[in-house]
Order: sequence, then C-alpha cells, then structure tokens
Amino acid sequence: MADVLVVGELKNGELKKISKELTSAARKIADAIGGKVHTLLITDNVDSFAGDLKAVGADAVIGANLGEFSPEGYANGIFAVIQEKKPAVVLMPHSAQGKEYSARVAIKANAGIVADAVGLSVDGGKVVAKKPIYSGKAYANFKVSSDIQMFTVRANSQEVTPKEGAGAVEKSGASAGEVRTKSLSKDLSGGNKVQLADASIIVSGGRGIKGPENWPIIQDLADTLGAALGASRATVDAGWISHSHQVGQTGKTVSPNCYIACGISGAIQHLAGMGSSKYIVAINKDGDAPIFKVATYGVVADLFEVVPALTSEFKKVLG
Amino acid sequence: MKIVVLVKQVPDTETNIKVGDKSINEAGVKWIISPYDEFAIEEGIRIREKSGGEVIAVSLGPDRVVEALRTAYAMGVDRAVHVKVDDYVTFDSTYTSELLANFIKAENADVIIGGRQSIDTDSSQVVVQIAERLNVPHVAMALKLEFDGKKVTATREIEGGTEVVETSAPLAVTAQKGLNEPRYPSLKGIMSAKKKPVDVKKPEELGATGSKLEVVSLEPPPPRIAGRKLEAADAQGFASQLVKALREEAKVI
Repeated sequence: MADVLVVGELKNGELKKISKELTSAARKIADAIGGKVHTLLITDNVDSFAGDLKAVGADAVIGANLGEFSPEGYANGIFAVIQEKKPAVVLMPHSAQGKEYSARVAIKANAGIVADAVGLSVDGGKVVAKKPIYSGKAYANFKVSSDIQMFTVRANSQEVTPKEGAGAVEKSGASAGEVRTKSLSKDLSGGNKVQLADASIIVSGGRGIKGPENWPIIQDLADTLGAALGASRATVDAGWISHSHQVGQTGKTVSPNCYIACGISGAIQHLAGMGSSKYIVAINKDGDAPIFKVATYGVVADLFEVVPALTSEFKKVLG
Repeated sequence: MKIVVLVKQVPDTETNIKVGDKSINEAGVKWIISPYDEFAIEEGIRIREKSGGEVIAVSLGPDRVVEALRTAYAMGVDRAVHVKVDDYVTFDSTYTSELLANFIKAENADVIIGGRQSIDTDSSQVVVQIAERLNVPHVAMALKLEFDGKKVTATREIEGGTEVVETSAPLAVTAQKGLNEPRYPSLKGIMSAKKKPVDVKKPEELGATGSKLEVVSLEPPPPRIAGRKLEAADAQGFASQLVKALREEAKVI
C-alpha cells in the first residue's frame, strides 16, 4: 500500500485550515499512487473534526492524545503512528510547531524531507515537491529517495477541494513518551489576534505610518477583514511594534491570498518574506517604491486617507 | 563548556540569482554567513566568555565556505572545521545533519547552536535533526539562554508570544533575532584569522550514508499576476475600486 499520512493542527480547539489543505493535497497524491489518506490530529476529541476531514478526502481520521505541545512528545507520538500505518508519504504543516517536530520525525523514520513545499505533484509514483529557494529568486523541484517521503507544506499553498473519503475514526494509543524540555510559562500578550503564518489575509504597515500611534488605522482594516497585522522591519527596529509581527527575511515568511502593504517601500528583504502572496495591494505615496514592482494593485496615494476609506468601504460591503 | 556553532554560507539576499538546470550559476554571487547563524556565533562566544571552554565553528560546503569560517575566527571562535562537500547536497537537510552530527558526536559538545533557519532554503531542519541524531533536547527560536551548570533556562519565540522552558545540556539551540547583537570582527581579529588553521573533514571520514533527496530541476520563480496602478480622483475613488478588484476580480475577500 502507498498510503499518505497527514499531520493536522488545531488552534484553540478548532481545526486549522492547513489540516484541510494537507488532507486535500494528500487525497490527490493517494489517488495517483493508489493508497489511503490518514489524517492525524493531536487531540482527545477527534470525533468533532472527522466530518470536516472526511469531506476533503480523509479515509481515516486518527486522534492521538499527546498532551500539551512539546516537539519531542509530538515527534514520539507521530512516529508511533507512522510505524503503525507505514505510509509512503507524510505531509506536515510548515508551521512554528511543524518545523520542530518534523525534523525529529524525519530522523526517527530515516526519511528524507523537503521542508516548506508550496507545490506537490506526482511523477513515476514519487512525489515531486516544489519549494522557493534563495528568497524566492528560484524554485527547486525535489524527489525524496528514501522509502518514506516526507514534506512540510506552507500554509495557503494547497487548494481545498471537496472529495469524500471513507472517514473512519480511530483513536491511537500513541503517547508522548520522554520529554526533556519542560515549559515553565507562556506569555501570549504581545501576539497577533490572527496568526501571521497561516492568515489568508495580511494587512501590513511600514515606515509610512509615521509612528506607533497610527497602528489603529492599520489594525482597523485588519480587524474588518479578519486579517493578521504585519509590519516591516523598519517599524520593528524603531520599536513601534513587537518583532512577532515582522514579515520578511528576519521575520516571518508568509503566503496569504491577499497582502495589503500600507506605507511599505518594499526592500528586497521584505519581498523575500511576502513575495509569494497571491495578490498584493500596495498603498504608498512614492510611486517609484519597489513594492509596486510586485503589486497586483498599486495605489499611489496617502495611506492616511486611503486606508480609512478602504476600511469603511469594506465595512459597508461585508456588513 | 564545549560549544559547536553551525555556520552556513548563503548568497547575499541582494545578489542576483541565475538559475541553471540543477544548480545556480555562481558567477558574481556574493556570499555571506546566513544572518541567523551570526546570532549563533555571537551566543557561542558569550557562553564561553561567561562559562569558559571552547567554541568550534563548523561549516559544510565547497572550498568557498572557508571564508565564512575566517569571519567566525575574526569574531572570536577558537577552532574552525570545514566539512568539505559539493554544495548542492546542502539542500538535503538529512544528509547535512548526519555529517554534522557525526562530527559533533566525536567532539562531545555540550551546546550546539545554529540559526533558526538558513536564508537560502528556509527549511529550519538541520539543528533539530542534529538534536534527534545525538539524542539530546533542543530549544528552537531562542531569545534568551541562561546556564546554571547543566541546567538551561531559555526564553523562546512561539506562535503568538514567548515561552520560558527548562532543559539541560547537552542540548541544541536555534537562534532567533533578539538573542543578542552580533559583534563586528575587529581589524586585529580579521588579520589574525587569516593565519589560523581550518581543519578539513571529508564525508567518508564522517561516515554518512548519502543523500536522500534528488534535485529534479531548478526553475525561475513563477510569473506574477500582472499588476496595475489604479487611477482615481480621491481616496474614496481608490477605496471603491480596490474593494471591487479584490472582491470581483481577485475574489480573495
């Protein structure tokens, strides 16, 4: 059998979109290589999510209760499921957590891994993974030559297509095992209401917002759209906002469907972090700013006038 | 304390990349130390300054990576090791981590530090894979590290905030921006770095089993959806056009 195992993710007790994106991608791979799709969720409440995952192609939805997140514990548990299911292909999210446990899982399973894939196709029974390299200045296609082929996949890079799977629900007895890093405390006060890494819309502010007191203008638009708030390096270095909002080479790499850059000039390091966004809107007074080279829609105007107008216009149409 | 810092040489972000069939054309490429690895080197030196011991910088790649090791010497590391391989296998994190882990195993390091990701492949795999191969814990995205003998307390970035964790050495760490401010190499450091020895290790000495990835092809980035500048008389005009474009044309909102 050439089965595909997906590791899904939950956030605050809800299914993250990446779980459906990966299950849908796994369905296409499994259909091409002749196998089943197993989607694993780390939860003791797998029944609530089985329907959603079955609808996008999961033949089996597996719940494993591994307790609070730890990269070692998740890696131990996921590897136990791999040993049981013996998949040919494993898809994991290239999320903050996924980056950590995937590395350990790959070594445990003696598998080659392509991280941060944005394209998945099948050629000669093997998965071909496409990923941006050199800050998006080139794309590489890889095949994995080990028995198990592993991939971490960027959020928003895969289409969710309805296709009914068998949807059997299973509870795994896999456990977290020995974990040598203990969490003492967490501080989530400086964070985003919507996570940058998997946001489908991001509204970002740059030096053009002139000062930290003007973030509410950008945040209002983000809130109206249910978007994450991003920031350029200049605003972070100036101390206007915490580093967790930074998009770009020394911040986060994002691939939303829509990226709205307000007062961002578009330094190459910023473009490296958001250049793969599907649609890019640039609002900037300087018509020669490099951001306009990548913008789908360019608005050469004062953000202090356009952004509030945009927010109220969206409020009207989105109700 | 024995500290190993992992140094990867990557093309400068501003450098032009010409895509060949399975590799890039290296002519005219400017090479730098991957920015997050600079935080790793700095942290290694700071740990030694506090706790004593030795910092070993190791870089995997072709002959040109020796330049990166000279920079690490100039910043203050004690020893430099070049794992000499053809550069395009460095796309393969499992092969890279196997070679490096086999080297580190022989050194019996207490701390292994690398950047949170390299800016050429952005895979975030090698350091944690090394931790798994050496059967030690790891702290990813470290913002602060404190050693109390073998005990380690670290602050790290997580989705939406920060977390304080406790673990023990030996361990592997990935450095996030904010961990420290890397020092500039001093002129004296740069001069003396030129004369320092760089130890060369070959893959066969390190006993790795070989690459698990096949580079099928490289290609230029996909073409972007053609862009256009909107024309409007005032802010309201821009706003209504944008809403229309994003909802009816792009269908993303």
